[in-house]
Amino acid sequence: MSGGTGADSMRGLHTIVCMKAVPKSEEVTVNEETRTLDRSKARSEINGPDLNALEAALQLKEAHGGRVSLLSMGPPLFERYLRLGLAMGADDAYLMSDRAFGGADTLATSCALAAGIRAIGGFDLILCGEESSDGATAQVPPGIAEWLDVPQITYATHIQSLPRKRLVHARRELRGGYEVVEAPLPCVASIKLGANEPRFFDFDRWDWAMEEAPVVVWTAASLELDEQSLGQPGSPTIVASVDIAPSAERRREFIGGTPEEEAEQLVQMIRAWIRPS
Amino acid sequence: MTAPLYPPDQASGLWVYLEQQDGVLEPVSVELLGKARQLADQSGQAVTAVLAGYEIGHLSAPAVAHGADEVLVAEHRLLRQYTTAPYAKVVAALIEERKPNMLLLGATANGRDLAGRLAVRLRTGLTADCTDLALNEDGLLVGMVTGFGNGILAGILCPQHRPQMATVRPGVFARSQPGEWRSGRIKRVPVTLAEADAPVRVLRQVTSRGGDITAAERLVIGGRGVHGDFDTLRELAALIEAEVGASRVAVDEGWIDREAMVGQTGYVTRPKLAIVCGVSGAMQFTVGIQDAETVVAINSDPEAPIFDAADYCIVDDVSEVLPPLIEAIRRERGNGGG
Repeated sequence: MSGGTGADSMRGLHTIVCMKAVPKSEEVTVNEETRTLDRSKARSEINGPDLNALEAALQLKEAHGGRVSLLSMGPPLFERYLRLGLAMGADDAYLMSDRAFGGADTLATSCALAAGIRAIGGFDLILCGEESSDGATAQVPPGIAEWLDVPQITYATHIQSLPRKRLVHARRELRGGYEVVEAPLPCVASIKLGANEPRFFDFDRWDWAMEEAPVVVWTAASLELDEQSLGQPGSPTIVASVDIAPSAERRREFIGGTPEEEAEQLVQMIRAWIRPS
Repeated sequence: MTAPLYPPDQASGLWVYLEQQDGVLEPVSVELLGKARQLADQSGQAVTAVLAGYEIGHLSAPAVAHGADEVLVAEHRLLRQYTTAPYAKVVAALIEERKPNMLLLGATANGRDLAGRLAVRLRTGLTADCTDLALNEDGLLVGMVTGFGNGILAGILCPQHRPQMATVRPGVFARSQPGEWRSGRIKRVPVTLAEADAPVRVLRQVTSRGGDITAAERLVIGGRGVHGDFDTLRELAALIEAEVGASRVAVDEGWIDREAMVGQTGYVTRPKLAIVCGVSGAMQFTVGIQDAETVVAINSDPEAPIFDAADYCIVDDVSEVLPPLIEAIRRERGNGGG
């Protein structure tokens, strides 16, 4: 059942933002011989839409007061990305770091993150990025909501809180339009990439965020989690094959000349496809 | 291991969740029925379509015509508009009762919303955003997914847990021809829902059935190199009855609606002709046009990777080439091209 014992309207809103660091995709290469991904040369960054989720949380805090907590799961080096989030304006940060969490699919990942959220406790709202740029499944936010047994709003571009009524209003993007929905708190919302303009870090918070602020690190044991539900053992899916994606054979025929000549030649090449239907 | 809800040997049937909005089927649902029919014929399974909503009975006949052996129709006034909780409750109850082997959903916003919730409730595996589906030698569903902007292609299995779930991107499977001669069983299932089962309310919804780039036969696509001038692209598109698409950069610049985005974070398209203007052609983009029959690329940078993904290549400024191209096409069509 929900861990949302909830802040009353006097204390404002307690938002937990889930974030992760991802390798910069343009710097990941495929090793043609071993057919594996080479991330060794890729630098990491905070997953794009997670920054939009953090910005949305900070705006809600500015409007209603309260607290913003950060939660991440990953190797110890993720701590520095959490500290960047603290410098942007978050109040506290938690990192779930344990080999037992590794190799998890979306079922095991959402299970572990939900456990971390329960351990932080007292939340009103969970905000996530819509999806990660490396996994790109978008399945973790609904998964967290199911484990916590709270409502979900996915693909939100705007989120507004009515803390006194214990409600949020959100605009969701759909094919060919949008909808505005109302959900009770506590709930989980995932935020679209580009939903807002994430702020730069606050210089006045920098020293505190980088050095003084505690980042709480949890292992599977410290959260008393059953290792069978985590990482690879807790993941129903397996990767059966990894291949370099075949690329379609294209003619790659260059057309030269003045723009007028290029246009004329091109029309001759594609005339079969541009006939009036 | 997380215990399966039911073991593989009790599971049977290939299910397709049919997404509809306002009584109209999503194109991807029809695409999935065609693929499901093909996989089911290969493996001797039956195809069951799951249709949830309100006043949607008229959609069962097209579901049968596109390949379903059986249609389960769940209607309730609380299902009039999609919200996660009541839809998840109804579909999960059907799965627990009937134990399907596989469940396919479209990777639309609401399809992914529902799939992510269901997979955790059913404690099973979900392969997200597949670009192809196949059966392996053991009859397991193999979901093909791309990673890192189409650089790799991975095959994902769910060996022990049922149903084996996958969401599939709109546009990756061709729409099958409806077979009016097909027959199927249409079964209305009882639905029990109370207000408390629908905690999220839709306050308002604004959707238009505008151009659908995933179904377009011809596409004119613009990127950074059009410098915001989508009007000329629209003029060209109108002339050849094409839809207008865009790269992520053009969408992020606010030049065109997100609906038009082609590529990994947008839509996969399969037009007969794509004219790609001023797009550099990173893999995140080219995944969206790889199934096009013919690709034309216009870009001022001769080194742009888009030329590796094109059949006809013009190294020039888009703004220089499009006006004479529009003229030349007008002349071609004027000369009794039809």
